[in-house]
Amino acid sequence: MTPLLSVKNVTKTFPAGKGMKASKARVHAVNNISFDIYPGETFSVVGESGCGKSTTGRLVDHLLVPDSGEIWFNGQDISKLSEKEMRPLRKDIQMIFQDPNGSLNPRMRVEDLVAEPLLVHTNLSAGERLKVVHELLQIVGLGAKHARRYPHEFSGGQRQRIGIARALTVRPKLIIADEPVSALDVSIQAQVLNLMQKLQQDYDLTYLFISHDLSVVEMISDRIAVMYLGSIVELAPKKELYGNPKHPYTKALLSAVPIPDPTANREHELLQGDIPSTINLPVGCPFQTRCPRCTEACKQKPIEPRDLGNGHIVSCIHIDD
Amino acid sequence: MSETKQPVNPTPSEFMDDPVLQNRSRTREFFKKFFQRKTAVVAGCFILFLVIIAIIGPSIAPYDPAAYDYSAIRSGPTAQHLMGTDEFGRDVFSRLLAGARLSLGSALAAVIVGAALGTILGILAGYYGGILEALVMRSSDVLFAMPDILLCIAIVAIIGPGLINVIIAVTVFTIPSFARIMRSATLSVKGSLYVEVARSLGCPDSRILIKHIFPGTVQSMIVNFTMRIGSAILAASSLSFLGFGADVSAPEWGAMLSSGRNYIGVADHLILFPGLIIFLTVLAFNLFGDGLRDTLDPKVK
Amino acid sequence: MTEQVLLDVRDLRTEFKTGRKQSVTAVNGVSFQVRSGEIVGLVGESGCGKSVTSLSIMQLFRNTNGKVTGGEVFLKGKNLLTCSEKEMRAIRGKEISMIFQEPMSSLNPSMRIDAQLIEAIRLHTDLDKKAARAHALDMLGRVGIANPEMVLRSFPHQLSGGMSQRVMIAMAMCCDPTVLIADEPTTALDVTIQAQILQLMRKIRAENDTGILLITHDLGVVAEMCSRVIVMYAGRIVEEAPVEELFACPKHPYTQGLIASVPKLGSGVTSLPSIPGSVPDLSMMPEGCKFAPRCSKACDRCHKEEPALFDLGGDRKSRCWLHESEQVKSTKKEAAV
Repeated sequence: MTPLLSVKNVTKTFPAGKGMKASKARVHAVNNISFDIYPGETFSVVGESGCGKSTTGRLVDHLLVPDSGEIWFNGQDISKLSEKEMRPLRKDIQMIFQDPNGSLNPRMRVEDLVAEPLLVHTNLSAGERLKVVHELLQIVGLGAKHARRYPHEFSGGQRQRIGIARALTVRPKLIIADEPVSALDVSIQAQVLNLMQKLQQDYDLTYLFISHDLSVVEMISDRIAVMYLGSIVELAPKKELYGNPKHPYTKALLSAVPIPDPTANREHELLQGDIPSTINLPVGCPFQTRCPRCTEACKQKPIEPRDLGNGHIVSCIHIDD
Repeated sequence: MSETKQPVNPTPSEFMDDPVLQNRSRTREFFKKFFQRKTAVVAGCFILFLVIIAIIGPSIAPYDPAAYDYSAIRSGPTAQHLMGTDEFGRDVFSRLLAGARLSLGSALAAVIVGAALGTILGILAGYYGGILEALVMRSSDVLFAMPDILLCIAIVAIIGPGLINVIIAVTVFTIPSFARIMRSATLSVKGSLYVEVARSLGCPDSRILIKHIFPGTVQSMIVNFTMRIGSAILAASSLSFLGFGADVSAPEWGAMLSSGRNYIGVADHLILFPGLIIFLTVLAFNLFGDGLRDTLDPKVK
Repeated sequence: MTEQVLLDVRDLRTEFKTGRKQSVTAVNGVSFQVRSGEIVGLVGESGCGKSVTSLSIMQLFRNTNGKVTGGEVFLKGKNLLTCSEKEMRAIRGKEISMIFQEPMSSLNPSMRIDAQLIEAIRLHTDLDKKAARAHALDMLGRVGIANPEMVLRSFPHQLSGGMSQRVMIAMAMCCDPTVLIADEPTTALDVTIQAQILQLMRKIRAENDTGILLITHDLGVVAEMCSRVIVMYAGRIVEEAPVEELFACPKHPYTQGLIASVPKLGSGVTSLPSIPGSVPDLSMMPEGCKFAPRCSKACDRCHKEEPALFDLGGDRKSRCWLHESEQVKSTKKEAAV
């Protein structure tokens, strides 16, 4: 199967500091990452704050342009397209954001918000657009009577549904969901996740799902990439990753998640120290400063990802021992 | 709600009777908040009163503002002439009523044109940045570095006196203040998530600017608008007072003040009433603008 | 039960003014106890009143229109609600401390850590500056900061989120309070850092026998940390139980739905049961049981009459008509006395 999206050796840095102070130091937000996403699957990127997962989503959505590397979508390298050349392609890539409040223009009615992609990408008349909007609001669990209201009249979960409806209007191929449920309460979170899964089946959607929550990721994903300090340290199908994690960071991350079951085994593999700054990346393994198994060899040169078969790729030299 | 509902998989009807959904009107909330600011409300009423005067002023004036009455020259306030008469025996009260149209109208015209140009420049500068931004902001800085009135005099000196030219001069010095305020408002809206969303949806720049950025900055524009009217009236009056503006015989407030200054000590009412009305008008616009700003600013409660 | 009751909240009621004559009741008839050396979890979704409960206990309503309008809060036998602001100031930080969700914004950005910590220490002790500094260093060491000297000289923005939360905990613990209220202490932190902070809180409890009220929305954190759990919904306690029993057999339909809707790591499920609808607005509360509109087990009575918090014995309580018959009679006897 040919991948729908192919990210190849993408690097993105930002200048550290602002204005006059901007020196030569760069923040390495994303460092030489590569992954493929196949049609119909849910590919998740998981990691802690500052690991570059949101930057990855924005790079794929062409809201940011990579410093180097290629992003192939549907047989076309989009990384070097101009904003204008990208515009028609945006019909096929839509995004759902973490903050359902900030992502909806507070001065527009729901019907105008949801209809916006239609207005930009299609030639439908106003009446036809409204029909699609009502239909979609219905599908995401809201009613046509909500169409004339403003975003501030809705609760967080409802606003996220509006965001989802908007992303769906132009029948995209890929939806990038950047922490779509982390601002929501647990009971609402389950509603939205269930809705996203149902829509994936009904509309043949492919998801790039970005999250910090390993439990949510496990529920929704087919394949998962774990990021740390801008690099993908491990990439594997769900069962492999959760059942047989190889990278020390993945192991520590999984072990740190509190399990909502008081009888569960609570032997934590506690990581020491903080996540280091991304301004001056260490040579070699990004995890070296906190890794319990770090040796001199880890600090010498960049770690080459190794394919263990079954689509399980790990960037660690200690997986054999 | 029904008892048979499946807790798994939300059904479309799930949110139909959601109690969180409320109908809150922004407009009603705005008026509720605004009416708590008593001074601003009083100022607003005064402005409304002035506008009405500007519209119907000449028709309710007791005398023709241009009619000479040589039997009553420089008479003080009497029952016949409420605010007295000037050196040609023209009724000051009637002239003030008629002047409202000239003074308010010229200030309004200048600020509308200035606001439109300044807003466009400011939004474009804020949105696109780069050379355009540098150009707009540096020229604003240059204009800002000069005292308003000096700038107006310089402009009028170049293009010649007259009411239209005064309006042009006031327009020119109104532009930079709008450009500056609208640029910073644009920058803050541009940084908001929904503008990024609009980009990710594939909206062209024109749509982002008109539909997403401009409505977010319009509050700052309205507030600045009311504030600038005050200073525009002041500037136009000052220019007329200095003899650069309206024809001296026209019942423009600044011009009336100007011709009245020759009779200080002899007929004080000739400067008292025009001065007072200019003072009150400018004050009213400033207070109204303050109130509007506080109401529209979500941070002030 | 040999542990001493440290904090005893009885029938607490807190209202917020929303207009000239309107007010909403954010906390309604909340009663619970925190005993020494115990971590009590207070869980619920946003807007359920869990944070307002902690603010009511601490009397921290400055600049808001919130007001405690009923009930009693006893800290070691002393009613905090009758204390003056001056008395409260002496109690806060010394007898009862609080840590907040946003460690970064809880610290003054323009003051170095040492100045803030020493100020906090000297407020409640008569240590001189030098001794206070030594104590501050000692406290930072105890919360697991490797280089306390450097942290003391730093400004808050130079510290990471986890580090600032450690500083906040050091500040809260510097006078050895008997009760610590932690309001979502790890919500803003990453999981690996969260694990560190949770371990630190367990250590503090073990060393000082501090009673901890842990307010959180994360059932995972509750399961790991707490011995007893109080579940709140719409300003009321709906269930109270020892942690094992709560997760093994939740009584109240809301608790059942809440536990079911949390994805569990390693469970391999791909679909979750969810609670339909959303939390009711405080100003538009339904009649009867507040959860009835979202409850799959609701009957006519639930929509008309609000159930009491039935005492089911063995530290278990449930506010649901389904458990009326299970309640222990002793509560009625007490009422008679």
